[in-house]
Amino acid sequence: MAKQIRIALRNCGVIDPERIEDYIARDGYMALASVLTDLSPEAVIEILKKSGLRGRGGGGFPAGIKWEITRNVVADQKYVVCNADEGDPGAFMDRSILEGDPHVVLEAMTINGYCTGASRGLIYIRAEYPLAVERLKTAMGQSRSMGLLGENILGTGFNFDIDIRYGAGAFVCGEETALIHSMEGLRGEPTVKPPFPSVEGYLKKPTNVNNVETFANIPIIINKGWKWFSSIGTEKSKGTKVFALAGKINNVGLIEVPMGTTLREVIYEIGGGIQYGKAFKAAQTGGPSGGCLTVKHLDTPIDYDNLIAAGSMMGSGGLIVMDEDDCMVAIAKFYLEFTVEESCGKCSPCRIGNKRLFELLEKITQGNGTMDDIDKLRNLGTVIKETSLCGLGQSSPNPVLSTIDNFPEEYHEHVTGKKCRSKVCKSLMQYLVVADKCIGCTLCARNCPVDAISGERKQVHFIDQSKCIKCGACMDKCKFNAIIIN
Amino acid sequence: MNMVKLIIDGKHVEVPENTTLLKAAKTVGIDIPTLCYFELKDMNIENRPGGCRVCVVEVRGRRNLAPACNTMVAEGMEVFTHNIRVLNARRTVLELILSDHPAECLTCSKNGNCELQSMAQQLGVREIPYAGEQSKYRKDTSPAIIRDVDKCIMCRRCEMMCNDVQTVGALSAVNRGFMAVVAPAFEMNLEKSTCTYCGQCVSVCPTGALTEVDHSRNVINSLADPAKTVVVQTAPAVRAALGEEFGLEPGTLVTGKMVAALRRLGFDYVFDTDFAADLTIMEEGSELLDRLTRYLKGDKEVKLPILTSCCPGWVNFFEHNFPEMLDIPSTAKSPQQMFGPVAKEYFAKKLGIDRKNMIVVSIMPCLAKKYECQREEFKVNGDPDVNYSLSTRELAHLIKQSNIDFNALPEEDFDNPLGASTGAAVIFGATGGVIEAACRTAYELYTGKKLEKVDFTELRGLENIRHATLDFDGLPINIGIAHGLGNARKLLEDIRAGKSQFHAIEIMACPGGCIGGGGQPYHHGNSEIIKQRSAAIYREDSGKPIRKSHENPFIQELYREFLGKPLGEKSHHLLHTHYFDKSVGDFIEE
Repeated sequence: MAKQIRIALRNCGVIDPERIEDYIARDGYMALASVLTDLSPEAVIEILKKSGLRGRGGGGFPAGIKWEITRNVVADQKYVVCNADEGDPGAFMDRSILEGDPHVVLEAMTINGYCTGASRGLIYIRAEYPLAVERLKTAMGQSRSMGLLGENILGTGFNFDIDIRYGAGAFVCGEETALIHSMEGLRGEPTVKPPFPSVEGYLKKPTNVNNVETFANIPIIINKGWKWFSSIGTEKSKGTKVFALAGKINNVGLIEVPMGTTLREVIYEIGGGIQYGKAFKAAQTGGPSGGCLTVKHLDTPIDYDNLIAAGSMMGSGGLIVMDEDDCMVAIAKFYLEFTVEESCGKCSPCRIGNKRLFELLEKITQGNGTMDDIDKLRNLGTVIKETSLCGLGQSSPNPVLSTIDNFPEEYHEHVTGKKCRSKVCKSLMQYLVVADKCIGCTLCARNCPVDAISGERKQVHFIDQSKCIKCGACMDKCKFNAIIIN
Repeated sequence: MNMVKLIIDGKHVEVPENTTLLKAAKTVGIDIPTLCYFELKDMNIENRPGGCRVCVVEVRGRRNLAPACNTMVAEGMEVFTHNIRVLNARRTVLELILSDHPAECLTCSKNGNCELQSMAQQLGVREIPYAGEQSKYRKDTSPAIIRDVDKCIMCRRCEMMCNDVQTVGALSAVNRGFMAVVAPAFEMNLEKSTCTYCGQCVSVCPTGALTEVDHSRNVINSLADPAKTVVVQTAPAVRAALGEEFGLEPGTLVTGKMVAALRRLGFDYVFDTDFAADLTIMEEGSELLDRLTRYLKGDKEVKLPILTSCCPGWVNFFEHNFPEMLDIPSTAKSPQQMFGPVAKEYFAKKLGIDRKNMIVVSIMPCLAKKYECQREEFKVNGDPDVNYSLSTRELAHLIKQSNIDFNALPEEDFDNPLGASTGAAVIFGATGGVIEAACRTAYELYTGKKLEKVDFTELRGLENIRHATLDFDGLPINIGIAHGLGNARKLLEDIRAGKSQFHAIEIMACPGGCIGGGGQPYHHGNSEIIKQRSAAIYREDSGKPIRKSHENPFIQELYREFLGKPLGEKSHHLLHTHYFDKSVGDFIEE
């Protein structure tokens, strides 16, 4: 645990999230009080800019600059939106913050309202997070009753209140323009930027959209100062990042580490290494549209820029570890299946292109691929990234492109050798009987659900490949290890 | 206005700020291909969802390619519209779109008129390397429009027309990912939706996803049946656009050639909807005067404004959206539906034939007319007053497949008695025309004086909502005009709120009026074509010897011989109708 620093998660598991007193006892609402009484909006924005805090939702846009842009637009009404539409499979850092420390989000949004000139905040949250919603509502009730939210906050004359909006779980609604359309009651699909939401967002009004984790960093930066915050992390990525560790690793769960921590530290020191002592093969960062890092990236400091340079991205902080048993072609296909499902369908490269990528991967994993198909994957993936309308399509080919780049030999084996070294792609597998081990006990034949195994008693058995469905029942039943996968 | 300097393909360009790269490139002769983008210039109609991604260009310093339709110029920007990266991306995107599009070009009704087909040709696509599964949907046929959305490319033009321009809201994107498509809510049939059949979705669809229901086969069969007397009527806007289908300049009037072609197709009588338009003015104009005089006398029963009712898309619209105001529109039937009973109850009797043996065909710039002629209230014992309504496009196909060299045809005249018309009838085809025609007659009937200046130019033009006050010999008459149903909605909401100052309002469902109708030759977003058609209509009017409906001698004869007087017993029975509350969709029952 020594490598970890808890900033965003500092209160999670420490305080009772349903008691505002617990939050206040941990310096809660102190930042809001000092902002409202001692600091001008410009001064707060300056602190944020100097702190180097970048958006934790995935894009990494400097938070202070975003706030400043929203502040500088003249409008009769502005909005603060908290993006709590956590959609990456396996990611639950926003959920943990909302469930474990709801007040920090309310406090940060209120500070944002003061800085940008917004009087209304909206939290766009997945309806699948009922506990988070409940705790937010409890927290909002408490802070209103204590004069920390609503009219005349802390007697300063500043008014700001927050509402909750529910998302129906579409992945693309995490994209800020799609999120805004969804809140407006429209189809949740993105529109071309610019105009950016900071200039023209919810109901065409300037809208500052930040992610839950970004907000969770704000009060402590104000309390402890920008110098403290910017001392943590790398040159261009300051502070910490929460990752959701998952996959073939011993310690799974949320971790929070300084920017610049290496993958090796994350996997071997915090994660406790690979399960069953197997070899590390790759780590997928950035969720389903991120890319994979390999052994050669183990000592690369993890920050926004290095991840992009490595063909992946920070995303919201999913980190899935794969070992030697994982087939990288099948992994790419798995992620594509998700993005094909979650594309909104608005722009043609994402709508049709991702489907075609998936089909090509399926063709390869079924043993029907050609070398030309790998070229097609490369070209198509590049074009989808370059031409798609929003971040979803601009990143969805990453798993394909990065696995082709990092594991070209696995693709070649699938195509030319019709072989899956990790024995994952069933179409490429053959169950065979090893003649000198088979004693002809007939157990395998009796357990085969499709009668693919023939052979007389005490004779060597034979598997008819045209009938075999690769269920593996024969191998499981054989007591003599006489069945192997080719 | 601040000017911005940039470089496109090495050329220095200077354009006003907030110009798109697409338009900036056009100023220096660079025509970036587009597919979803659509604009009717000067008519406030624009679609740029940035969805097709065919117009992508490279902007120096940007990681990704940028859609030219949706990227604004910036000082010092350097843009490349056809370098290898852009060409490869553009072609790949088009290949993707084609990979999810049925290769049915040979038998598709948009063959030769399809923007996707032209784009494939323009970019020289000869194979589709990314072939794969295609999205399949249920085909949906309504009385006027066929949805074959396997051919939908998600350009969203129809959705923009239906929602933003027409405010009908029948079409929107449904599903997501690969199965995303534009459809009525819950993918119900169009017929069950609030669709008005205005056909504007059809007129902007770049592919064959939205087309009209084709009745030309029925017409061919009728013409071949010796037992039937087949009568045809042609709407005013058709003559101003039909020539485009035969390579003539937009705005070429082809009235005489059209008559000749119809005769060669085998119609027994070639008549004119313009005759019925004159008749409409007699009825609608009289109704206007009747309501106006009673209103001025303080009759509280009378409601103003009176709204025109000759546009069937508009009738559908208010039946769906303003059911509490069904008593405000004029009860006069549309010219198409006035022509029907006059042909079958008056002319057929003159000929001594049974109405069942007469087939009335209409040629219309409109798709809603297909629905209108099938309405139950326009049938006598199941026999429709108008049997089939063909669009201008269908007529052109009919002429082409009958080996008629249209451009070589002589100019011929309509048959009488139902072929004679005035200039007032012709202008029905353009927005503002019906109310102008009505005012020419109403003025003279009301004041008893001769109208010297028949051109009410203040009622013409293409502004969305227009208003003018006419002087009826000291009585100011406030006229409102709207074209496009979204504009109509605004006027209707004013009426509902009691804020309307108008005595009479003309409404046409389609932008530009009938000349921009859903059944006209495809304009592919060129608003100049619509303007030229409009000019042609007014040219035809000013060339007519008689320009007021009530002076049409055959109309006078019709009243003498058959109808009696406007708003009389017979007129009431044959030429007026009533409206229905369609605000509750049928789908609720299902």
